[in-house]
Amino acid sequence: MAATTTDTLPRRMWLGGIEPMKASYGKLMMWFFLISDTFTFSALLISYGLVRFSFPAYAGTASDFTFSDLYWPIPEKVYEAVPFLHGVELPLIFVGIMTFILIFSSVTMVLAVEAGHRMDQNSVEKYMLWTILGGFTFLGCQAWEWAHFIHGTEGGSVIREIVDGQWVERTIYGANLVENQYGPPAFADFFFFITGFHGTHVLSGVLLNVLIYYRTATGFYDRRGHYEMVEKVGLYWHFVDLVWVFVFTFFYLV
Amino acid sequence: MAEIHATPQEVASRHDDLPTDGGAAQRRQIWKVFIILSVLTALEFLIAFTMAHGTLKVAIFVGMTIVKAFYIVGEFMHLKHEVKSLIWAILIPTILVAWLLLALMWEGGAILQSR
Repeated sequence: MAATTTDTLPRRMWLGGIEPMKASYGKLMMWFFLISDTFTFSALLISYGLVRFSFPAYAGTASDFTFSDLYWPIPEKVYEAVPFLHGVELPLIFVGIMTFILIFSSVTMVLAVEAGHRMDQNSVEKYMLWTILGGFTFLGCQAWEWAHFIHGTEGGSVIREIVDGQWVERTIYGANLVENQYGPPAFADFFFFITGFHGTHVLSGVLLNVLIYYRTATGFYDRRGHYEMVEKVGLYWHFVDLVWVFVFTFFYLV
Repeated sequence: MAEIHATPQEVASRHDDLPTDGGAAQRRQIWKVFIILSVLTALEFLIAFTMAHGTLKVAIFVGMTIVKAFYIVGEFMHLKHEVKSLIWAILIPTILVAWLLLALMWEGGAILQSR
């Protein structure tokens, strides 16, 4: 019989028919997609490193720091505002809160995966909702951070530039892709591109989480017999958290 | 097809690794990792405001970030418990990324010197 003949063939590890990495096709492809995504984020962060070191660092003490487009700014002087606390100087507090929100949503995600292993539909639903809530909160925080960065401080900064062969001084407020009150325009460009690209990932992660929640709540995975989709989307969500850990260090701390 | 129309045997085989304590140990481990990540982030804040800026401070931040990445990838993404070939398939490319990062930061310093 055909079935018995195939069974007598030697089953070699990498010749098909078995999973040598002991992970399903979908999970492996998610891992390799995440590796390719790592390259994209690395490209952004590495070019940030290159451009940051091609500008002079601020030499004086932190208390005397003023914004200038001649040197790279100190991040804790740029990101020091917190919603509802206008005019209070709280360096990096808000971005710290954002980091905790994302780490916490990663924890609820992994708890959802764990509940999926036990086929516990109610717990998966509960933890997915917490994860979605964390994702939306993070996006809201980022929207506020962007709005604040774009509007700038009350005083703005004075820049000197050549217009028609004359040196002129002009006060600019906030930042966009061509001018930046906080430092060199490249600093704002990298801020928008890196946090923007990460924010896009968070947004698509939230949408995937909503889909997973919907399919869990309607009993789709229960009927299918396993919750592996929660695991795959979980991998993506942890990756988004991981990228933020790196952005937090390289953009806000260093 | 097998994914959608899983036979009862296939379904049962997927739950072979289900721990006998109903996953209680795994949940404890998850919360432990959460506490480690939180403490590391809090420490980063402390260092950001107490240490003078310099190479040492940057090195400490990078080291702590790698520790955090190890816990997120190893425990949350479960890579630590996968087979060796999968672990290396993920790790080797990222080592090349770290090399490129160092090389281009060096290059950035050279651009500053020649400006």
